[in-house]
Amino acid sequence: MAGFFAWRGRHLPPPVVALLMAPFFMLIVFAFLYPILSLLSLSVTEPQPGLGNYAKIVENPLYATVLMRTLWIAVVVTVCSLLLAFPLAMAMAQARGAMALLLTACVLLPFWSSVLVRTAAWSVLLQRNGIVNGLLQWVGLTSEPVRLLYTEGAVVIAMTHVLMPFMVLPIYGALRNIPPDYGRAAAICGAGPIRRFFEVTFPLALPGVMGGAILVFLTALGYFITPALLGSPKEQMIATLISQQLREFLDWPFAAALVGVLTVFVTAITLAFSKVFRFDRMMGGQL
Amino acid sequence: MKPALDPAKLLMNAYVALILAFLILPILIILPMAFSDTDYLTFPPQGFTLHWFGDYFGNSRWMKATGFSLKIAALTAVITAAIATAATYALVRGAGRLGALFQGFLIMPIVVPHIALAVALYLFFQRTGLANTVAGYVMAHSVIAMPFAVFTIAAAMSAVDPTLEDAAMSCGASRFSAFRLVTLPLILPNVLSGGLFAFILSFDEPVITFFLAGIRQKTLPRMMFDNIEQSLTPTIPAIAVLLTAMAVLVLVAAGLLRRVEARRRS
Repeated sequence: MAGFFAWRGRHLPPPVVALLMAPFFMLIVFAFLYPILSLLSLSVTEPQPGLGNYAKIVENPLYATVLMRTLWIAVVVTVCSLLLAFPLAMAMAQARGAMALLLTACVLLPFWSSVLVRTAAWSVLLQRNGIVNGLLQWVGLTSEPVRLLYTEGAVVIAMTHVLMPFMVLPIYGALRNIPPDYGRAAAICGAGPIRRFFEVTFPLALPGVMGGAILVFLTALGYFITPALLGSPKEQMIATLISQQLREFLDWPFAAALVGVLTVFVTAITLAFSKVFRFDRMMGGQL
Repeated sequence: MKPALDPAKLLMNAYVALILAFLILPILIILPMAFSDTDYLTFPPQGFTLHWFGDYFGNSRWMKATGFSLKIAALTAVITAAIATAATYALVRGAGRLGALFQGFLIMPIVVPHIALAVALYLFFQRTGLANTVAGYVMAHSVIAMPFAVFTIAAAMSAVDPTLEDAAMSCGASRFSAFRLVTLPLILPNVLSGGLFAFILSFDEPVITFFLAGIRQKTLPRMMFDNIEQSLTPTIPAIAVLLTAMAVLVLVAAGLLRRVEARRRS
Protein backbone atom coordinates (compact mmCIF):
# COMPACT_ATOMS: atom_id res chain seq x y z
CA MET A 1 0.00 0.00 0.00
CA ALA A 2 3.05 2.21 0.17
CA GLY A 3 2.33 3.71 -3.21
CA PHE A 4 -1.25 4.48 -2.41
CA PHE A 5 -0.59 6.24 0.87
CA ALA A 6 2.65 7.90 -0.26
CA TRP A 7 4.06 10.52 2.08
CA ARG A 8 3.80 13.85 0.43
CA GLY A 9 4.56 17.40 1.42
CA ARG A 10 6.00 18.83 4.58
CA HIS A 11 5.74 16.36 7.46
CA LEU A 12 3.42 17.16 10.33
CA PRO A 13 4.93 17.13 13.83
CA PRO A 14 4.29 13.77 15.54
CA PRO A 15 1.92 15.14 18.24
CA VAL A 16 -0.31 16.62 15.52
CA VAL A 17 -0.31 13.32 13.65
CA ALA A 18 -1.32 11.52 16.84
CA LEU A 19 -4.07 14.06 17.49
CA LEU A 20 -5.49 13.74 13.96
CA MET A 21 -5.50 9.96 14.12
CA ALA A 22 -6.81 9.72 17.69
CA PRO A 23 -10.55 9.74 16.78
CA PHE A 24 -10.00 6.88 14.33
CA PHE A 25 -8.11 4.72 16.82
CA MET A 26 -10.59 5.50 19.60
CA LEU A 27 -13.50 4.45 17.42
CA ILE A 28 -11.90 1.20 16.24
CA VAL A 29 -10.71 0.20 19.70
CA PHE A 30 -13.98 1.07 21.43
CA ALA A 31 -16.53 -0.16 18.88
CA PHE A 32 -14.58 -2.96 17.19
CA LEU A 33 -11.44 -4.36 18.81
CA TYR A 34 -12.51 -4.41 22.46
CA PRO A 35 -16.01 -5.85 21.83
CA ILE A 36 -14.63 -8.60 19.57
CA LEU A 37 -11.83 -9.55 21.96
CA SER A 38 -14.14 -9.60 24.98
CA LEU A 39 -16.58 -11.82 23.07
CA LEU A 40 -13.75 -14.18 22.15
CA SER A 41 -12.54 -14.29 25.75
CA LEU A 42 -16.08 -15.31 26.75
CA SER A 43 -15.77 -18.36 24.51
CA VAL A 44 -12.78 -19.72 26.48
CA THR A 45 -13.85 -18.71 30.00
CA GLU A 46 -17.56 -19.61 30.23
CA PRO A 47 -19.16 -21.84 31.46
CA GLN A 48 -15.75 -23.12 32.62
CA PRO A 49 -12.26 -22.07 31.47
CA GLY A 50 -10.92 -24.10 28.57
CA LEU A 51 -11.74 -25.05 25.03
CA GLY A 52 -14.97 -26.88 25.90
CA ASN A 53 -17.11 -24.74 23.59
CA TYR A 54 -14.79 -25.39 20.67
CA ALA A 55 -14.73 -29.15 21.41
CA LYS A 56 -18.55 -29.07 21.23
CA ILE A 57 -18.39 -27.69 17.67
CA VAL A 58 -15.99 -30.39 16.49
CA GLU A 59 -17.57 -33.32 18.32
CA ASN A 60 -21.21 -32.71 17.48
CA PRO A 61 -21.71 -33.83 13.86
CA LEU A 62 -24.63 -31.41 13.57
CA TYR A 63 -22.34 -28.41 14.02
CA ALA A 64 -19.51 -29.88 11.95
CA THR A 65 -22.03 -30.29 9.10
CA VAL A 66 -22.99 -26.63 9.37
CA LEU A 67 -19.32 -25.62 9.09
CA MET A 68 -18.77 -27.84 6.05
CA ARG A 69 -21.96 -26.59 4.39
CA THR A 70 -20.90 -22.96 4.99
CA LEU A 71 -17.52 -23.63 3.43
CA TRP A 72 -19.09 -25.41 0.45
CA ILE A 73 -21.67 -22.69 -0.22
CA ALA A 74 -18.97 -20.00 0.00
CA VAL A 75 -16.83 -21.89 -2.54
CA VAL A 76 -19.76 -22.38 -4.94
CA VAL A 77 -20.80 -18.72 -4.66
CA THR A 78 -17.20 -17.62 -5.32
CA VAL A 79 -16.87 -19.81 -8.43
CA CYS A 80 -20.29 -18.72 -9.78
CA SER A 81 -19.41 -15.07 -9.14
CA LEU A 82 -16.13 -15.45 -11.04
CA LEU A 83 -17.86 -17.06 -14.04
CA LEU A 84 -20.27 -14.13 -14.17
CA ALA A 85 -17.97 -11.29 -13.10
CA PHE A 86 -15.03 -11.87 -15.44
CA PRO A 87 -16.90 -11.60 -18.77
CA LEU A 88 -18.84 -8.62 -17.44
CA ALA A 89 -15.64 -6.87 -16.33
CA MET A 90 -14.10 -7.54 -19.75
CA ALA A 91 -17.13 -6.09 -21.50
CA MET A 92 -16.92 -3.04 -19.24
CA ALA A 93 -13.21 -2.56 -19.94
CA GLN A 94 -13.76 -2.78 -23.71
CA ALA A 95 -16.95 -0.72 -23.94
CA ARG A 96 -16.92 2.93 -24.95
CA GLY A 97 -19.37 5.80 -24.66
CA ALA A 98 -23.01 5.09 -23.87
CA MET A 99 -22.43 1.33 -23.67
CA ALA A 100 -19.75 1.83 -21.00
CA LEU A 101 -22.11 4.04 -19.02
CA LEU A 102 -24.94 1.49 -19.29
CA LEU A 103 -22.73 -1.40 -18.13
CA THR A 104 -21.33 0.65 -15.26
CA ALA A 105 -24.84 1.64 -14.15
CA CYS A 106 -25.99 -2.00 -14.32
CA VAL A 107 -23.14 -3.06 -12.02
CA LEU A 108 -23.30 -0.14 -9.61
CA LEU A 109 -27.06 0.03 -9.15
CA PRO A 110 -27.32 -3.38 -7.46
CA PHE A 111 -24.10 -2.56 -5.60
CA TRP A 112 -25.76 0.37 -3.86
CA SER A 113 -29.33 -0.93 -3.66
CA SER A 114 -30.65 -2.57 -0.52
CA VAL A 115 -29.62 -6.17 0.20
CA LEU A 116 -33.03 -6.74 1.80
CA VAL A 117 -34.83 -5.54 -1.33
CA ARG A 118 -32.80 -7.89 -3.51
CA THR A 119 -33.44 -10.78 -1.14
CA ALA A 120 -37.18 -10.02 -1.20
CA ALA A 121 -37.03 -10.01 -5.01
CA TRP A 122 -35.53 -13.50 -5.05
CA SER A 123 -38.08 -14.69 -2.54
CA VAL A 124 -40.83 -13.60 -4.98
CA LEU A 125 -39.06 -14.96 -8.08
CA LEU A 126 -38.46 -18.38 -6.50
CA GLN A 127 -41.81 -18.90 -4.80
CA ARG A 128 -44.07 -21.83 -5.71
CA ASN A 129 -46.13 -19.97 -8.28
CA GLY A 130 -43.31 -17.54 -9.08
CA ILE A 131 -41.70 -16.59 -12.36
CA VAL A 132 -38.83 -19.08 -12.22
CA ASN A 133 -41.21 -21.99 -11.65
CA GLY A 134 -43.43 -20.73 -14.48
CA LEU A 135 -40.40 -20.54 -16.75
CA LEU A 136 -39.27 -24.05 -15.85
CA GLN A 137 -42.72 -25.45 -16.68
CA TRP A 138 -42.96 -23.44 -19.89
CA VAL A 139 -39.62 -24.80 -21.06
CA GLY A 140 -40.84 -28.24 -20.05
CA LEU A 141 -38.19 -29.05 -17.47
CA THR A 142 -40.83 -29.92 -14.91
CA SER A 143 -44.55 -30.61 -15.15
CA GLU A 144 -45.47 -29.17 -11.76
CA PRO A 145 -43.95 -26.46 -9.52
CA VAL A 146 -40.77 -27.50 -7.73
CA ARG A 147 -39.67 -26.27 -4.35
CA LEU A 148 -37.03 -23.61 -4.94
CA LEU A 149 -37.44 -21.32 -1.96
CA TYR A 150 -35.87 -22.35 1.35
CA THR A 151 -33.24 -24.53 -0.34
CA GLU A 152 -29.47 -24.33 -0.65
CA GLY A 153 -29.94 -23.48 -4.32
CA ALA A 154 -31.96 -20.37 -3.46
CA VAL A 155 -29.23 -19.27 -1.04
CA VAL A 156 -26.49 -19.78 -3.64
CA ILE A 157 -28.37 -17.90 -6.39
CA ALA A 158 -29.32 -14.93 -4.23
CA MET A 159 -25.87 -14.70 -2.61
CA THR A 160 -24.17 -14.78 -6.02
CA HIS A 161 -26.49 -11.99 -7.11
CA VAL A 162 -25.62 -9.86 -4.08
CA LEU A 163 -21.86 -10.53 -3.96
CA MET A 164 -20.96 -10.72 -7.65
CA PRO A 165 -20.59 -6.92 -8.10
CA PHE A 166 -17.81 -7.02 -5.47
CA MET A 167 -15.83 -9.22 -7.86
CA VAL A 168 -16.56 -7.16 -11.00
CA LEU A 169 -14.93 -3.99 -9.69
CA PRO A 170 -11.43 -5.32 -8.84
CA ILE A 171 -11.27 -7.37 -12.07
CA TYR A 172 -12.35 -4.33 -14.05
CA GLY A 173 -9.67 -2.28 -12.28
CA ALA A 174 -6.99 -4.85 -13.20
CA LEU A 175 -8.14 -5.13 -16.82
CA ARG A 176 -8.19 -1.37 -17.28
CA ASN A 177 -4.52 -1.25 -16.26
CA ILE A 178 -3.40 -3.63 -19.02
CA PRO A 179 -1.90 -1.56 -21.84
CA PRO A 180 -3.79 -2.40 -25.08
CA ASP A 181 -0.39 -2.68 -26.81
CA TYR A 182 0.21 -6.01 -25.04
CA GLY A 183 -2.74 -7.64 -26.75
CA ARG A 184 -1.76 -6.09 -30.08
CA ALA A 185 1.82 -7.28 -29.70
CA ALA A 186 0.60 -10.82 -29.01
CA ALA A 187 -1.68 -10.63 -32.05
CA ILE A 188 1.19 -9.49 -34.28
CA CYS A 189 3.24 -12.42 -32.99
CA GLY A 190 0.45 -14.65 -34.22
CA ALA A 191 -1.51 -15.48 -31.05
CA GLY A 192 -5.20 -16.11 -31.65
CA PRO A 193 -7.93 -14.63 -29.42
CA ILE A 194 -8.06 -17.67 -27.10
CA ARG A 195 -4.31 -17.80 -26.65
CA ARG A 196 -4.23 -14.02 -26.14
CA PHE A 197 -6.81 -14.40 -23.39
CA PHE A 198 -5.04 -17.20 -21.53
CA GLU A 199 -1.47 -15.97 -21.99
CA VAL A 200 -1.87 -12.20 -21.80
CA THR A 201 -5.19 -10.95 -20.44
CA PHE A 202 -5.95 -13.50 -17.73
CA PRO A 203 -2.46 -13.62 -16.11
CA LEU A 204 -2.33 -9.83 -15.98
CA ALA A 205 -5.83 -9.66 -14.49
CA LEU A 206 -5.03 -12.36 -11.92
CA PRO A 207 -4.34 -9.97 -9.00
CA GLY A 208 -7.80 -8.46 -9.49
CA VAL A 209 -9.36 -11.92 -9.79
CA MET A 210 -7.67 -13.14 -6.60
CA GLY A 211 -8.55 -10.02 -4.65
CA GLY A 212 -12.18 -10.16 -5.77
CA ALA A 213 -12.46 -13.90 -5.17
CA ILE A 214 -11.11 -13.62 -1.62
CA LEU A 215 -13.40 -10.69 -0.86
CA VAL A 216 -16.47 -12.63 -2.09
CA PHE A 217 -15.38 -15.85 -0.34
CA LEU A 218 -14.82 -14.14 3.02
CA THR A 219 -18.09 -12.21 2.80
CA ALA A 220 -20.00 -15.37 1.81
CA LEU A 221 -18.59 -17.31 4.79
CA GLY A 222 -20.16 -14.98 7.32
CA TYR A 223 -23.28 -14.05 5.33
CA PHE A 224 -26.44 -13.82 7.37
CA ILE A 225 -29.34 -12.16 5.55
CA THR A 226 -29.73 -14.52 2.59
CA PRO A 227 -29.54 -17.86 4.48
CA ALA A 228 -31.80 -16.39 7.19
CA LEU A 229 -34.53 -15.36 4.73
CA LEU A 230 -34.18 -17.79 1.81
CA GLY A 231 -32.54 -20.85 3.38
CA SER A 232 -34.09 -23.76 5.18
CA PRO A 233 -33.84 -23.78 8.99
CA LYS A 234 -32.70 -27.39 8.63
CA GLU A 235 -29.77 -26.40 6.41
CA GLN A 236 -28.12 -23.69 8.42
CA MET A 237 -24.97 -21.75 7.69
CA ILE A 238 -22.65 -20.59 10.46
CA ALA A 239 -24.17 -17.09 10.67
CA THR A 240 -27.72 -18.41 11.11
CA LEU A 241 -26.47 -20.97 13.65
CA ILE A 242 -24.83 -18.16 15.65
CA SER A 243 -28.06 -16.19 15.56
CA GLN A 244 -30.09 -19.21 16.68
CA GLN A 245 -27.74 -20.08 19.56
CA LEU A 246 -27.92 -16.48 20.72
CA ARG A 247 -31.56 -15.58 20.27
CA GLU A 248 -33.31 -18.90 20.88
CA PHE A 249 -31.02 -20.75 23.29
CA LEU A 250 -29.28 -17.69 24.80
CA ASP A 251 -26.07 -19.74 24.77
CA TRP A 252 -23.60 -16.83 24.70
CA PRO A 253 -20.37 -18.79 25.22
CA PHE A 254 -21.18 -21.26 22.44
CA ALA A 255 -22.22 -18.48 20.04
CA ALA A 256 -18.97 -16.74 20.97
CA ALA A 257 -17.00 -19.88 20.10
CA LEU A 258 -18.71 -20.04 16.69
CA VAL A 259 -17.80 -16.38 16.12
CA GLY A 260 -14.26 -17.32 17.20
CA VAL A 261 -14.00 -20.09 14.61
CA LEU A 262 -15.30 -17.80 11.89
CA THR A 263 -13.06 -14.87 12.85
CA VAL A 264 -9.88 -16.93 13.20
CA PHE A 265 -10.50 -18.68 9.86
CA VAL A 266 -11.19 -15.43 8.04
CA THR A 267 -8.15 -13.71 9.57
CA ALA A 268 -5.89 -16.64 8.64
CA ILE A 269 -7.03 -16.48 5.00
CA THR A 270 -6.49 -12.73 4.90
CA LEU A 271 -2.96 -13.04 6.29
CA ALA A 272 -2.13 -15.91 3.94
CA PHE A 273 -3.23 -13.88 0.94
CA SER A 274 -2.15 -10.46 2.20
CA LYS A 275 -0.07 -9.90 -0.94
CA VAL A 276 -3.05 -10.11 -3.28
CA PHE A 277 -5.77 -8.97 -0.91
CA ARG A 278 -5.16 -5.28 -1.32
CA PHE A 279 -8.06 -3.06 -0.59
CA ASP A 280 -6.72 -0.11 -2.55
CA ARG A 281 -6.75 -2.26 -5.67
CA MET A 282 -10.20 -3.47 -4.84
CA MET A 283 -11.40 0.09 -4.89
CA GLY A 284 -9.40 0.61 -8.08
CA GLY A 285 -12.54 -0.04 -10.04
CA GLN A 286 -14.53 2.25 -7.85
CA LEU A 287 -15.62 4.24 -10.92
CA MET B 1 -11.22 -6.24 -42.19
CA LYS B 2 -13.03 -8.19 -39.52
CA PRO B 3 -15.85 -10.45 -40.62
CA ALA B 4 -19.21 -8.80 -39.93
CA LEU B 5 -20.51 -11.72 -37.88
CA ASP B 6 -17.96 -13.34 -35.63
CA PRO B 7 -19.80 -16.26 -33.97
CA ALA B 8 -17.47 -16.34 -30.96
CA LYS B 9 -18.00 -12.65 -30.35
CA LEU B 10 -21.76 -13.02 -30.79
CA LEU B 11 -21.84 -15.84 -28.26
CA MET B 12 -19.80 -13.77 -25.82
CA ASN B 13 -22.14 -10.78 -26.19
CA ALA B 14 -25.15 -13.02 -25.59
CA TYR B 15 -23.51 -14.37 -22.42
CA VAL B 16 -22.78 -10.85 -21.15
CA ALA B 17 -26.40 -9.87 -21.90
CA LEU B 18 -27.60 -12.85 -19.83
CA ILE B 19 -25.33 -11.84 -16.94
CA LEU B 20 -26.70 -8.30 -17.06
CA ALA B 21 -30.25 -9.68 -17.05
CA PHE B 22 -29.44 -11.79 -13.97
CA LEU B 23 -28.01 -8.71 -12.27
CA ILE B 24 -30.75 -6.22 -13.13
CA LEU B 25 -34.02 -8.12 -13.73
CA PRO B 26 -34.71 -9.12 -10.11
CA ILE B 27 -34.57 -5.45 -9.13
CA LEU B 28 -36.67 -4.34 -12.11
CA ILE B 29 -39.26 -7.05 -11.47
CA ILE B 30 -39.91 -6.20 -7.83
CA LEU B 31 -40.46 -2.49 -8.47
CA PRO B 32 -43.79 -2.64 -10.41
CA MET B 33 -45.24 -4.96 -7.74
CA ALA B 34 -45.51 -1.88 -5.53
CA PHE B 35 -48.50 -0.81 -7.63
CA SER B 36 -50.31 -4.16 -7.57
CA ASP B 37 -53.91 -4.31 -6.38
CA THR B 38 -53.41 -7.65 -4.61
CA ASP B 39 -52.26 -7.91 -1.03
CA TYR B 40 -49.57 -10.45 -1.84
CA LEU B 41 -46.64 -10.10 -4.25
CA THR B 42 -47.36 -11.21 -7.77
CA PHE B 43 -45.90 -10.67 -11.23
CA PRO B 44 -47.15 -9.33 -13.55
CA PRO B 45 -48.83 -6.91 -11.10
CA GLN B 46 -52.63 -6.76 -11.30
CA GLY B 47 -54.54 -3.48 -11.40
CA PHE B 48 -53.04 -0.25 -10.21
CA THR B 49 -53.01 1.30 -6.77
CA LEU B 50 -50.94 3.65 -4.69
CA HIS B 51 -52.33 1.96 -1.58
CA TRP B 52 -48.98 0.42 -0.59
CA PHE B 53 -47.18 3.75 -0.64
CA GLY B 54 -49.98 5.06 1.58
CA ASP B 55 -49.52 2.02 3.80
CA TYR B 56 -45.86 2.98 4.23
CA PHE B 57 -46.22 6.75 4.62
CA GLY B 58 -49.39 6.50 6.70
CA ASN B 59 -48.08 3.92 9.16
CA SER B 60 -46.48 5.49 12.21
CA ARG B 61 -44.27 2.45 12.87
CA TRP B 62 -42.72 2.57 9.38
CA MET B 63 -42.31 6.34 9.65
CA LYS B 64 -40.71 6.18 13.08
CA ALA B 65 -38.29 3.49 11.91
CA THR B 66 -37.43 5.51 8.78
CA GLY B 67 -36.79 8.64 10.83
CA PHE B 68 -34.61 6.70 13.25
CA SER B 69 -32.57 5.18 10.39
CA LEU B 70 -32.23 8.56 8.63
CA LYS B 71 -30.89 10.13 11.81
CA ILE B 72 -28.37 7.31 12.29
CA ALA B 73 -27.28 7.44 8.63
CA ALA B 74 -26.86 11.23 8.61
CA LEU B 75 -24.76 11.20 11.78
CA THR B 76 -22.73 8.25 10.48
CA ALA B 77 -22.01 10.13 7.24
CA VAL B 78 -20.80 13.29 9.00
CA ILE B 79 -18.74 11.51 11.66
CA THR B 80 -17.17 9.02 9.25
CA ALA B 81 -16.22 11.73 6.76
CA ALA B 82 -14.70 13.91 9.52
CA ILE B 83 -12.69 11.11 11.18
CA ALA B 84 -11.54 9.74 7.81
CA THR B 85 -10.44 13.16 6.54
CA ALA B 86 -8.37 13.92 9.66
CA ALA B 87 -6.73 10.49 9.72
CA THR B 88 -6.04 10.44 5.97
CA TYR B 89 -4.45 13.89 6.09
CA ALA B 90 -2.13 12.77 8.90
CA LEU B 91 -1.32 9.63 6.95
CA VAL B 92 -0.41 11.41 3.72
CA ARG B 93 1.66 14.05 5.52
CA GLY B 94 3.89 11.50 7.23
CA ALA B 95 2.41 9.29 9.95
CA GLY B 96 5.47 7.05 10.45
CA ARG B 97 4.83 3.94 12.48
CA LEU B 98 1.28 4.97 13.34
CA GLY B 99 0.53 4.74 9.62
CA ALA B 100 1.27 1.02 9.48
CA LEU B 101 -0.97 0.43 12.50
CA PHE B 102 -3.66 2.57 10.88
CA GLN B 103 -3.65 0.47 7.71
CA GLY B 104 -3.85 -2.75 9.72
CA PHE B 105 -6.81 -1.43 11.72
CA LEU B 106 -8.48 -0.12 8.58
CA ILE B 107 -8.64 -3.47 6.81
CA MET B 108 -10.04 -5.36 9.84
CA PRO B 109 -13.68 -4.24 9.60
CA ILE B 110 -13.76 -5.45 5.98
CA VAL B 111 -12.30 -8.84 6.79
CA VAL B 112 -14.16 -9.65 10.00
CA PRO B 113 -17.73 -10.68 9.10
CA HIS B 114 -20.54 -8.33 10.08
CA ILE B 115 -22.22 -11.12 12.04
CA ALA B 116 -19.14 -11.32 14.33
CA LEU B 117 -19.16 -7.56 14.92
CA ALA B 118 -22.93 -7.61 15.42
CA VAL B 119 -22.79 -10.28 18.12
CA ALA B 120 -19.79 -8.65 19.82
CA LEU B 121 -21.48 -5.24 19.89
CA TYR B 122 -24.76 -6.77 21.09
CA LEU B 123 -22.95 -8.13 24.16
CA PHE B 124 -20.82 -5.02 24.73
CA PHE B 125 -23.67 -2.52 24.25
CA GLN B 126 -25.98 -4.45 26.58
CA ARG B 127 -23.36 -4.17 29.31
CA THR B 128 -22.70 -0.48 28.70
CA GLY B 129 -26.29 0.66 28.09
CA LEU B 130 -25.60 1.60 24.46
CA ALA B 131 -27.95 -1.05 23.04
CA ASN B 132 -30.49 0.42 20.65
CA THR B 133 -29.24 3.99 21.14
CA VAL B 134 -28.43 6.35 18.27
CA ALA B 135 -24.85 6.60 19.55
CA GLY B 136 -24.44 2.81 19.48
CA TYR B 137 -25.67 2.45 15.91
CA VAL B 138 -23.61 5.41 14.71
CA MET B 139 -20.40 3.95 16.18
CA ALA B 140 -21.09 0.52 14.69
CA HIS B 141 -21.92 1.91 11.25
CA SER B 142 -18.94 4.28 11.27
CA VAL B 143 -16.64 1.30 11.84
CA ILE B 144 -18.13 -0.46 8.79
CA ALA B 145 -18.11 2.62 6.56
CA MET B 146 -14.64 3.88 7.58
CA PRO B 147 -12.52 1.89 5.06
CA PHE B 148 -14.72 3.00 2.15
CA ALA B 149 -14.55 6.64 3.22
CA VAL B 150 -10.78 6.55 3.84
CA PHE B 151 -9.99 5.08 0.44
CA THR B 152 -12.32 7.50 -1.35
CA ILE B 153 -10.73 10.47 0.43
CA ALA B 154 -7.14 9.18 0.21
CA ALA B 155 -7.47 8.88 -3.58
CA ALA B 156 -7.99 12.66 -3.80
CA MET B 157 -5.62 13.56 -0.96
CA SER B 158 -2.60 11.88 -2.53
CA ALA B 159 -3.33 13.61 -5.86
CA VAL B 160 -3.15 17.10 -4.33
CA ASP B 161 0.15 18.80 -5.11
CA PRO B 162 1.79 19.35 -1.68
CA THR B 163 3.71 22.40 -2.91
CA LEU B 164 0.38 24.28 -2.99
CA GLU B 165 0.23 24.06 0.80
CA ASP B 166 3.89 24.99 1.08
CA ALA B 167 3.21 28.06 -1.06
CA ALA B 168 0.31 29.10 1.17
CA MET B 169 2.43 28.58 4.28
CA SER B 170 5.38 30.58 2.93
CA CYS B 171 2.90 33.41 2.28
CA GLY B 172 2.12 33.39 5.98
CA ALA B 173 -0.80 30.96 6.31
CA SER B 174 -0.79 28.64 9.30
CA ARG B 175 -0.77 24.90 8.69
CA PHE B 176 -4.46 24.75 9.56
CA SER B 177 -5.48 27.59 7.24
CA ALA B 178 -3.33 26.11 4.49
CA PHE B 179 -5.29 22.87 4.86
CA ARG B 180 -8.66 24.59 5.17
CA LEU B 181 -8.18 27.07 2.31
CA VAL B 182 -6.07 25.02 -0.13
CA THR B 183 -6.23 21.26 0.39
CA LEU B 184 -9.76 20.85 1.74
CA PRO B 185 -11.49 22.58 -1.22
CA LEU B 186 -9.51 20.33 -3.58
CA ILE B 187 -10.52 17.10 -1.86
CA LEU B 188 -14.05 18.22 -0.96
CA PRO B 189 -15.80 16.25 -3.75
CA ASN B 190 -14.26 13.02 -2.45
CA VAL B 191 -15.00 13.89 1.18
CA LEU B 192 -18.64 14.38 0.16
CA SER B 193 -18.83 11.11 -1.79
CA GLY B 194 -17.15 9.29 1.12
CA GLY B 195 -19.88 10.70 3.35
CA LEU B 196 -22.61 9.73 0.85
CA PHE B 197 -21.37 6.15 0.72
CA ALA B 198 -21.29 6.02 4.52
CA PHE B 199 -24.88 7.29 4.54
CA ILE B 200 -26.09 4.55 2.18
CA LEU B 201 -24.11 1.83 3.97
CA SER B 202 -25.66 2.83 7.28
CA PHE B 203 -29.22 3.35 6.02
CA ASP B 204 -29.30 -0.11 4.40
CA GLU B 205 -27.26 -1.99 6.99
CA PRO B 206 -29.26 -5.10 7.90
CA VAL B 207 -27.05 -7.34 10.07
CA ILE B 208 -25.90 -5.14 12.94
CA THR B 209 -29.29 -3.48 13.20
CA PHE B 210 -30.88 -6.95 13.26
CA PHE B 211 -29.04 -7.77 16.47
CA LEU B 212 -29.06 -4.36 18.13
CA ALA B 213 -32.69 -3.39 17.45
CA GLY B 214 -35.08 -3.36 20.38
CA ILE B 215 -38.78 -4.16 20.46
CA ARG B 216 -40.11 -0.62 20.62
CA GLN B 217 -37.69 1.29 18.42
CA LYS B 218 -36.68 -0.52 15.24
CA THR B 219 -34.56 0.63 12.34
CA LEU B 220 -35.97 0.55 8.80
CA PRO B 221 -33.88 -2.50 7.73
CA ARG B 222 -35.07 -4.40 10.82
CA MET B 223 -38.74 -3.58 10.03
CA MET B 224 -38.16 -4.73 6.43
CA PHE B 225 -36.50 -7.95 7.60
CA ASP B 226 -39.50 -8.75 9.83
CA ASN B 227 -41.95 -8.03 7.00
CA ILE B 228 -40.05 -10.21 4.49
CA GLU B 229 -39.73 -13.04 7.01
CA GLN B 230 -43.34 -13.00 8.14
CA SER B 231 -45.80 -11.79 5.51
CA LEU B 232 -43.99 -10.08 2.59
CA THR B 233 -46.65 -7.51 1.68
CA PRO B 234 -46.36 -5.10 -1.29
CA THR B 235 -45.19 -2.47 1.21
CA ILE B 236 -41.69 -3.91 0.59
CA PRO B 237 -41.72 -3.17 -3.18
CA ALA B 238 -43.10 0.29 -2.36
CA ILE B 239 -40.10 0.88 -0.09
CA ALA B 240 -37.88 -0.69 -2.76
CA VAL B 241 -39.07 1.94 -5.26
CA LEU B 242 -38.13 4.69 -2.82
CA LEU B 243 -34.78 3.10 -1.89
CA THR B 244 -33.85 2.49 -5.53
CA ALA B 245 -34.69 6.09 -6.39
CA MET B 246 -32.41 7.13 -3.53
CA ALA B 247 -29.59 4.85 -4.75
CA VAL B 248 -29.89 6.31 -8.27
CA LEU B 249 -29.77 9.85 -6.87
CA VAL B 250 -26.69 9.05 -4.79
CA LEU B 251 -24.95 7.44 -7.76
CA VAL B 252 -25.68 10.43 -9.97
CA ALA B 253 -24.50 12.78 -7.20
CA ALA B 254 -21.30 10.78 -6.72
CA GLY B 255 -20.72 10.75 -10.48
CA LEU B 256 -21.14 14.53 -10.64
CA LEU B 257 -18.75 15.00 -7.71
CA ARG B 258 -16.18 12.87 -9.48
CA ARG B 259 -16.57 14.92 -12.64
CA VAL B 260 -16.05 18.14 -10.67
CA GLU B 261 -12.89 16.68 -9.15
CA ALA B 262 -11.54 15.50 -12.52
CA ARG B 263 -12.16 18.92 -14.07
CA ARG B 264 -10.35 20.66 -11.21
CA ARG B 265 -7.37 18.40 -11.60
CA SER B 266 -6.91 19.04 -15.31
